[in-house]
Amino acid sequence: MATAGFNDSELLDLQRRLVILRVGLLLVVGLLALRLWHLQIREGPYYRDLSENNRTRSVVLEPARGLIFDRNGLLLANNVPSFALYVTLEDVKDRAALVGQLASLLSLDPELIQKKLSIGKGSKLQPRKIKDRLTLREATLIESHRLDLPGVMIQVESQRNYPAGDVAAHLLGYVGEVSADQLEKPDFADLHQGSIVGQYGVEKWFDRQVRGRAGQKSVEVDALGHEKRAIVSDKPVAGDDLYLTIDARLQKIAEDLLGEESGAIVALDPTNGDVLAMASRPGFDPNVLSKELTNKQWVEIVQNERRPLNNRATQGQYPPGSTFKVIMAAAALESNTVTPSTMVRCNGGYQFGNRLFRDWKQGGHGSVDLNEALIHSCDVYFYTVGQRMGIDTIAEYAKQFGLGQETGVELPSERVGIVPSTAWKQKARNQPWYPGETISAAIGQGYVTVTPLQMASVIGTVANDGVAVKPRLVQAVMNRATGERAEFPPAVRGKVAVKPATITLIKEALADVVTKGTATRAKSSLVTIGGKTGTAQTAALRTGPEKDIPKKFRDHAWFVAFAPVEAPRIAVAVLAEHMGHGGSAAAPLAKDVIEAYVKAYPQVLQGNPSGRRAKSAAAAVGTGPNL
Amino acid sequence: MIDRVIDSRGLDSFDLRFIGLVAIILSVGVLSIYSVTHSQDTSFPFYLKQLVWILLGTVAFLVMYLSDYHKIARLAYPTYAVILIMLAVVLFMGKSSRGAQRWIPIGPFAFQPSEFAKLVLVLVLANYYSRAPRVGWLPRVVLPGLIVLPGLLLILKQPDLGSGLSFLAVYAAMLLMVGVRSKALGIILLLSVMLFPFVWEMVWASLHDYQRERVMAFVDPDYDPGGKGYHALQSRIAIGSGELAGKGLYGGTQSQLKFLPEGHTDFVFAVYAEEWGFVGVLVLLALFIALIWVSLEIAARAKDTLGALLAAGIVAMLCFCVVVNIGMTAGMFPIVGIPLPLVSYGGSATIMTMASLGLLLNVKRRRLTLFY
Repeated sequence: MATAGFNDSELLDLQRRLVILRVGLLLVVGLLALRLWHLQIREGPYYRDLSENNRTRSVVLEPARGLIFDRNGLLLANNVPSFALYVTLEDVKDRAALVGQLASLLSLDPELIQKKLSIGKGSKLQPRKIKDRLTLREATLIESHRLDLPGVMIQVESQRNYPAGDVAAHLLGYVGEVSADQLEKPDFADLHQGSIVGQYGVEKWFDRQVRGRAGQKSVEVDALGHEKRAIVSDKPVAGDDLYLTIDARLQKIAEDLLGEESGAIVALDPTNGDVLAMASRPGFDPNVLSKELTNKQWVEIVQNERRPLNNRATQGQYPPGSTFKVIMAAAALESNTVTPSTMVRCNGGYQFGNRLFRDWKQGGHGSVDLNEALIHSCDVYFYTVGQRMGIDTIAEYAKQFGLGQETGVELPSERVGIVPSTAWKQKARNQPWYPGETISAAIGQGYVTVTPLQMASVIGTVANDGVAVKPRLVQAVMNRATGERAEFPPAVRGKVAVKPATITLIKEALADVVTKGTATRAKSSLVTIGGKTGTAQTAALRTGPEKDIPKKFRDHAWFVAFAPVEAPRIAVAVLAEHMGHGGSAAAPLAKDVIEAYVKAYPQVLQGNPSGRRAKSAAAAVGTGPNL
Repeated sequence: MIDRVIDSRGLDSFDLRFIGLVAIILSVGVLSIYSVTHSQDTSFPFYLKQLVWILLGTVAFLVMYLSDYHKIARLAYPTYAVILIMLAVVLFMGKSSRGAQRWIPIGPFAFQPSEFAKLVLVLVLANYYSRAPRVGWLPRVVLPGLIVLPGLLLILKQPDLGSGLSFLAVYAAMLLMVGVRSKALGIILLLSVMLFPFVWEMVWASLHDYQRERVMAFVDPDYDPGGKGYHALQSRIAIGSGELAGKGLYGGTQSQLKFLPEGHTDFVFAVYAEEWGFVGVLVLLALFIALIWVSLEIAARAKDTLGALLAAGIVAMLCFCVVVNIGMTAGMFPIVGIPLPLVSYGGSATIMTMASLGLLLNVKRRRLTLFY
């Protein structure tokens, strides 16, 4: 053996020490086994759960919203595929960095992203929608940065689309993400952050039907949050389809008639309440509003002085002006204030106390009866009968015709206008009613305000011989899965307490308005039209000729009409803001709408109520684009 | 002459048992590596590379087995010098990965000198103690300590905490073997090894999360760049979710879906434990105990001090790596970069371990020359 180092006995000693190593090894390996037993057997199920959570994410499958068609089956709202970006917080390692990256890749406001990430109660495993309607370029950009963006998912979803652009925008409405406030309400209990709901128009009113039911899939993800495998556990159910009563082409014509002006045109079928067209200008593109808007864009829309989001047909409240005389005539006859032959002398003014209420026609109309008063829209006649009746009688009849209350049309936030009365004044203004105010009210000025839809309904009720039908926008709802079509029957709201003779007299007078009165510009060679003009004053002080007045102080032009006079099938209300006289500015528009309608549905001229719908649909298909 | 006679007897049943154990453990490794990485789309997948390493390891094994270990030991100092130079080279021009410089690139591969340094240290210390004077603190503890120090410092500088600790473990095991007379030292060493997990758990559990993060960051920053003990947790989830019977081959969601980092290298045990469960874990532990047991047998029957020390050093190194690797994946120890011998993917480690085992069997073979 070596001279240095260990001798044999020491070698033996060394080898004995190996026992220490053996004992130590067994002890330590025993400890390891104990630890592993603890992890795998005692806490195994716990870790099994953790590993399941690690790898599965439950992803909501958004349902396709129901489609919206017009009365002839023309598509007004559908869905197109689009990319939506989701973030699962659980998979995000560095939230601040991710927010920064997404903000720069998608040019979004970092604060908005932060807000979206923290909205809602869901766990960190619940993916949150950050942005939808990604452009193809944005989606590709995100996909190409996928490895740097753990927890980010691009999901293909269906996106609301309005093929006709801004046509019927106020009516259709738009969709948007359910808001935090909405989520708290029971109506939205089955929704989650990022769900799309109707926020306006029929999209909102019928949201429950159109919304559908969300499904769910379990997605197995890897450590970077990337989808590996998906199991659809619960298929989404598409929403029901809506069939509207409007005729999209008539709607478009009505909107084009208003053009760049502000105003509203409502056309109803007085026999069943179908809203044939409901135009409101200025409008908006619901495709734009259904996108995520930046604060700036919102402010621009909301603060737009012309208020494009306002549906003037149901939310615009205007003094009815002389169109109110239709109700006044009925009230005067029914309350026995006058008879058809009662004459009133019109000298161009009506003296009440020390104030003179002028007639619109200088010099007056001479001696007029009710018929002539309607034909020529004599103010003094109605000042006189109004004064005799008193405001509460006027209010009673106005209410009977549906003013001061919702028409019940299926649109959110419908306004009701004002039917003034002594009780109303006391309640609203805490003041007594002054008799002079009745005189203004008698010609639809002063406190009286109405919506164009209400006026269409009033003239429709007259046309329908006093039977008021609730205006309706939706004919039927179709279940997409079963193909079952649930029709919405017309709803009669009631019959106004007006004798048939009174109605007949008014209708005849209104026909004469068009043939020889204030609305000769509504005279049509195609169809007989009855109507009443109106001019709603906006400013008390008026000096000089109309054209010298700044536009925003000019009067609103009204025209309410029905046709054909013999068996009315369309009732129209036109309101053109700041366009001056009803006879010149509004009546031609109503005529165009009515003519377009009878061209498209020539059978309405035959006045045959049976088989009406089937024929009208067939006729509509056959009608060319010149409608 | 005698050697040749003995050689002609070929491998006996003991050798076959030893080689068989090594082969089985290597297979477990290749299978686990395949399981984690089979879905990766590369022309040269990890399990094939590992097979190449095993092939090269077999060559290293044979070289170490067939040469006289006395001759090999004589080369210990020059080899150590070369390794020190390489460790220095790594610091200046090495390849970085995960924040540490540990590799020297050789073509498409990377060579990790610190792995080989472990074996070289065993050789150096065994060689030293087999010739060193038998008494005195200076020659017994201080001088070999000075030999260990430059290598240790260079390795820690990389930083490679795992290899550094292995270095210390080899040194400690050698001290224990040569019988530094104060029994206290041995007892303290043994006790500290035994008690370490418990003390660690107690201290660890009492810390706040952010303190743990700091400790982790201090201990081995490159392993957990995002902090929060993510890797340690994912590893525990992988092992724990294997439960009794495991999720089956390729069934380990933790590793297949890449929640578990370094599934084919340092955390291969967690992959194995997830797929084979506690049953598989016990089998693998048994395999390691058997291999170490056989190795200790060789150390115990070595014909001379050099052989005994070589064998003991190699066994100690092996034990340390196995225990610390499994301990860290199971969340008993902080995470330091130590691969599981024969199982983890890695060229340098595999070749080094197989070379060590060749040397070990060499010691046993020489023992035969004495007795027969």
